[in-house]
This record gives sequence, C-alpha cells and structure tokens, in this order.
Amino acid sequence: MTWTHWAYVAMLAFCLTGTLPLVPAFGLSVLRQPRRLLLTIGLAGTPFLLWDLYATHAGQWWFDEDQTLPPRVAGLPLEEIGFFVVIPIVSVLTFEAVAVARRRGLQGGGR
Amino acid sequence: MSYTALAMLAVALAIVLDRWVAGTRVTSTRDWWSAYAIIVFFQLLTNGWLTGRRIVQYNPETIVGNDRVVRLGEGRILYAPLEDLLFGFALVLTSVVAWVWLGRRSREPEPQRTSAEERDST
Repeated sequence: MTWTHWAYVAMLAFCLTGTLPLVPAFGLSVLRQPRRLLLTIGLAGTPFLLWDLYATHAGQWWFDEDQTLPPRVAGLPLEEIGFFVVIPIVSVLTFEAVAVARRRGLQGGGR
Repeated sequence: MSYTALAMLAVALAIVLDRWVAGTRVTSTRDWWSAYAIIVFFQLLTNGWLTGRRIVQYNPETIVGNDRVVRLGEGRILYAPLEDLLFGFALVLTSVVAWVWLGRRSREPEPQRTSAEERDST
C-alpha cells in the first residue's frame, strides 16, 4: 500500500476538518443530539447508498483500486459508504452554522 | 436509467419531499440557499479531487459528457460530470430536510431549540 490508497480518505477527512470546528465556533448543538443525527444519516444516506450500489453494479461508475483502501462491502470501497455518512453530517453542520450566523447578523429579524 | 435521468429525478424527488411530503419547505428559506451556496463551492473542490484524480470514473454512456476528464466543458465542471451537481443537491437537501423534519416532530429532550426551528415561519 502506498499513500495514494488514502486519496479518497483524505477527501472525507478534509470535509470533516472543515466543518467540525463549526460546532464550537457557532455553539451548535448538533452533536448533542446523536439520535437525531443518526436518524438523519439513515433517512438521507440510505436511499443514495442504494442508488450508488445500483449505479456501481450497473457499471455507471467505478472506483480506482489504487486510490482507495482495499476493503470492499458489496463492491463499494469503505470510503464510498463513509461518504454517505460524512455528507449528511457536513450538510447539517453547515446549515445550522449558517442559521446561527444569519440570526446573529439579523438579530432575529427576517429570514 | 442513465445517471443523467436518475440525477434529475433525484432533484425532483428531493424538492417534492421538502415541499409536500415532509412539509419542511427549507427551499423557501435563505438559510438553506446560503448554506447550499457554501456547500456547492466545496463540493466542486472535493468532487474535483475525486474526479480529476480519477478516483471515481464514469461510463461515458451514462452521462452527458464523455470519457474526457476536462476542467470545463464536455458536460463537466472542474472534472466532475454535471450530473454530480444534481446528485449533490439532492443528497444535501434530503439531509437537511430529514434533520429539520426530525427536529420538529421530536419530543426527545433537546439541549436547546435548534436554529432551524426558531426561524420556522414559512
């Protein structure tokens, strides 16, 4: 294994390192609601993961073995499954941070 | 179905979910569109990494573009097929809709009201 096997992992790590600091920076309560966050990941991520499985098995797209880690689950790299966990998390964090920032800026007025 | 058709269908379904099924209507809020503007910028960067390095490759039969991985044009933007933008929009919107919907119906103790709820006036 070489460092290039971590190329996809690096992208996921970039997403999380960019958004997790939003929690302390904006005083977000997202991570203190683990049940709600897990359900969000399940509800939003699952249909897209199924789509991904369909597309991968139909040969619509595929993943470079040299730039992903070796493990495969149902033909998908672990990173690809991680994608459907990471993206809902970063989406919620960004949305909540924007909401707090705008509310501060607008002092509660307007939307 | 091609990736193009599936991606367009997913965007339509996500919007229907937001506006009529869950009734969250985040697509009527500035919070959503501001957040999405930030997210789509970073999607272009991270997706450009995945597609420009060819970590993910696409069957030319299933996208508007072809097998030429170019920065712009040929149905691609920053190396990624345009379809990925639709995929991303649908995934991010569905995530936010699920989050807001769960927050509204939840009776579980919350440390504090979430910002999404406090702004709820659509």
